[in-house]
Amino acid sequence: MDEVRMIEVKEEILADNIQVAAGVRARLQNTKTMLVNLMSSPGSGKTSLILQTIANLKDSVRLGVIEADIESKVDAEKVAARGIQAVQLRTGGFCHLDATMVTQGIDALPVDDLDCVIIENVGNLVCPAEFDTGAHKNVMILSVPEGDDKPLKYPLMFSICDLLLINKMDYLSLSDFDLSALRKRVMVLNPGIVILEVSCKTGAGIENWVNWLSAQIETFKGLK
Amino acid sequence: MHELPVTESILKIVLKHALMNNVKRVTAVYLQIGKLSDLEDEWIQRYFDYLSKDTVAQGAKLVIERMPIMVQCSGCSTSYEAEAAKLGDLVCPDCGEKEGTLISGREYYIKDMEVQ
Ligand SMILES: Nc1nc2c(ncn2[C@@H]2O[C@H](COP(=O)(O)OP(=O)(O)O)[C@@H](O)[C@H]2O)c(=O)[nH]1
Ligand SMILES: [Mg+2]
Ligand SMILES: [Zn+2]
Repeated sequence: MDEVRMIEVKEEILADNIQVAAGVRARLQNTKTMLVNLMSSPGSGKTSLILQTIANLKDSVRLGVIEADIESKVDAEKVAARGIQAVQLRTGGFCHLDATMVTQGIDALPVDDLDCVIIENVGNLVCPAEFDTGAHKNVMILSVPEGDDKPLKYPLMFSICDLLLINKMDYLSLSDFDLSALRKRVMVLNPGIVILEVSCKTGAGIENWVNWLSAQIETFKGLK
Repeated sequence: MHELPVTESILKIVLKHALMNNVKRVTAVYLQIGKLSDLEDEWIQRYFDYLSKDTVAQGAKLVIERMPIMVQCSGCSTSYEAEAAKLGDLVCPDCGEKEGTLISGREYYIKDMEVQ
């Protein structure tokens, strides 16, 4: 019988993905293309927000979109119809995107000529939080009908985002959604996060979002 | 939900270390996973059993240490443990302060492994 012994491993489980993600970030740093990872539950408003962003920024920012939300091409076609470069990833029912899949999306876009690429991640608040996509900024949408207790159920997601958009604010008066309770819950998880209130339907607050995004792109492009 | 890709990564790292250390058989793998992660321990073991067939890691037991969610008090800097579902209603056990910052609970780490 061979002797039983212990060996030290001391490695991050997702080290491979972390490395590929770092490669994506560095590559897009070179082309000065800021990558934004947009995450939310299904139906919170990711596609609506992307369409609003295109409508507001298409004359000032060269945008691209990587679509992963659904298998069909519907979302990518909606975006492409606005004259924006879009690529649909075949996620095959996968619950999240990893950095290798994002690389395929980047390869299919003319990133040299783009200022910003937005990823519409798979609609899910659990899995996308665990896998670094290589994005420079992580943005999540929480819509009012989903309730103000989501940070308690999906704390990891709230803890990794740079910006939280509260969408469907037009529903606020019809709901018992408590904005101050939500803010407090989110701030514990992530004191540095920015929280903006929007409605992709009425357009209220969208200006704040596009200003935030434009400012981030400007800062990003200024970096060496 | 994403136990499969995570388990694939675990196996890959385990096999790499087994090869480097001339191991005949891996009997246990010690993992540290933060309580903020939604991974199901049982599924990780099942996928591992499936993926590790015919490798030196076949039959290895995964021992998962769930790392606590720790919060640092904004008032007195004491660190204390919190439950995920109570992160909205924190109270520092030392000074009663209600604000705090998350300092751990997101670990995703392979510590060591038992081999022959
Ligand atoms: N009332 C209201 N509906 C919205 C708003 N934003 C999106 N929706 C609707 O919510 C549904 C899902 O939106 P979509 O953008 O497809 O969500 P996705 O699954 O995250 O991409 C659609 O019917 C949208 O028209 C909003 O601010 N207010
Ligand atoms: Mg969509
Ligand atoms: Zn205290």
